Amino acid sequence: MIDTVSLAKKMRRHLVEMTHHANSSHIGSGLSITDLVAVLYGAVLQIDSKNPQKKERDRFILSKGHAGAAVYAALAETGFFDSSLLQTYCDNGSCLSGHVFHKGVPGIEFSTGSLGHGLPVGAGIAYGLRLDHLSNRVFVLLSDGECDEGSNWEAILFSGHHQLDHLVAIVDYNKLQSLAAVSETLGLEPFAEKWRAFGWAVVEVDGHDHSELLKTFQALPVQQGKPTCVIAHTTKGKGISFMEHKVLWHYRAPQGDNYVQALKELGGE
Amino acid sequence: MKKLFAKLLTKAASQNNRLFLITGDLGFGVLMDYAEQYPDQFLNVGVAEQNMTGVAAGLAFDDRVVFTYSIANFPTLRCLEQIRNDVCYHELNVKIVAVGGGFSYGAAGLSHHATEDLAIMRSLPITVVAPGDLWEVEQATQAIINRPGPCYLRLDNTSAPTQDLSNSSFQIGKARRILEGRDITLMAIGGGALHVAYEAAQQLRELQIDCRLVSMHTLNPLDKEEVLDAARQTQGVITVEEHTIKGGLGGAVAEICLESGVLPRAFYRIGLRRDYGCIIGSQAYLRDQYKISAEEIVKQAKALLT
Repeated sequence: MIDTVSLAKKMRRHLVEMTHHANSSHIGSGLSITDLVAVLYGAVLQIDSKNPQKKERDRFILSKGHAGAAVYAALAETGFFDSSLLQTYCDNGSCLSGHVFHKGVPGIEFSTGSLGHGLPVGAGIAYGLRLDHLSNRVFVLLSDGECDEGSNWEAILFSGHHQLDHLVAIVDYNKLQSLAAVSETLGLEPFAEKWRAFGWAVVEVDGHDHSELLKTFQALPVQQGKPTCVIAHTTKGKGISFMEHKVLWHYRAPQGDNYVQALKELGGE
Repeated sequence: MKKLFAKLLTKAASQNNRLFLITGDLGFGVLMDYAEQYPDQFLNVGVAEQNMTGVAAGLAFDDRVVFTYSIANFPTLRCLEQIRNDVCYHELNVKIVAVGGGFSYGAAGLSHHATEDLAIMRSLPITVVAPGDLWEVEQATQAIINRPGPCYLRLDNTSAPTQDLSNSSFQIGKARRILEGRDITLMAIGGGALHVAYEAAQQLRELQIDCRLVSMHTLNPLDKEEVLDAARQTQGVITVEEHTIKGGLGGAVAEICLESGVLPRAFYRIGLRRDYGCIIGSQAYLRDQYKISAEEIVKQAKALLT
């Protein structure tokens, strides 16, 4: 098992470097899910970096595709490809696009970018795995703003009805969406109750507490016969003081003093 | 067409346990045999086409041939982005079946008129097939099961009476020449269109006009050679579709001719030439109203040849 705290630290440095180099958006979203993705790739997902297409494997779909840089960083740090590829992020001709992209990138299961696509696909994969008598799990990571999409609620209804208990939806609940707070835009509360009413088991966790996340993911399914929703309470921009809780860092790339300061806070030079 | 399709798919399911059918809560009296005989290869996802298409992509992810089934625009336009991103981009083996091409559900109203689907689906990297008669339904269903990758199958409620006129083998992407002729070519896609085109061809022959009739059952990939042969060998080309004239078969034929520099001496597109109207009616009634009729084809053919 990998030390996931140290993996997350490396991923955060990659995120700063990648968005700085590409002058691209979504560092706040990436930092928000870094701990979740680090725990999944470091300690939870049953996957083989040497054989990423092995049929008996857990599946991970990043439905909030705009945070793809975090997953690219995790894959590089866990041996799916060389970390030098990360330096091409968003470059002309690169396969590492701003929204997560599977073609040419070992370990990426599914390309997303338009929100509301990951959960229906994950539900279909989970349904198929059960038909094939495979016990592998399907993890889909969604954003809170993404839960505005009606297609998600179709899939939530479907998965509860079909008791897909090896399907796990993780919501990165950082309470900020593209322009403003979730509560001001389209409130989700009572959020856990909504999932429960659709037939899901729900756990609420601190999305940055590695031991709590690990304990949660090791105890799946939370309830036999029900899909699990992990509502992960997170901080957008987590780990870099001036980015935390700021919509601005959904868009801005770290440059100049911000870049230097960000690396310093992450313990780099 | 839909009952024959369901019968063929049921038979195919018995031979291939990786074949799967998902419906968006439609197919009463059509899919029941399949559902009863192969419950492990069938799913009714409810009235939720976006989820239907996403789930189909997920199921196809692990080596299944997955059919989605609904009527008119529901399995296409309602979930177009799922088809584009989830199915086409990932090159998955998902076969989208729309029952009720054109005005098949004419009396049901505008929501049920599939009159832009061919143009829209043609712009995606997906095989697009619209059989014109029952023989083509039978052939196309099997061909689609065997063809890897995304496919769209558009089934009409009308079939042309041409199922016994075939002397050729069916191939996706290869047009079927039903009648030979040197004066003019009628090129039709789908059951309703082939039906009126066949009727027009017979009337033209009675008028001593030697009419070629082609069933262009596959729009994507289009049989370029057959189009160019028509342009070179006959005096004019008329395309026929129960669909808007914008971007469908007529548009595709025009693109090929212009870009190849092989221009037909005369060219006309039979299809829907106006925006949404306020009338409803049977498939045949609406075809007549919108001049997708044998009478209109004959009129245009005579005008092109003078």
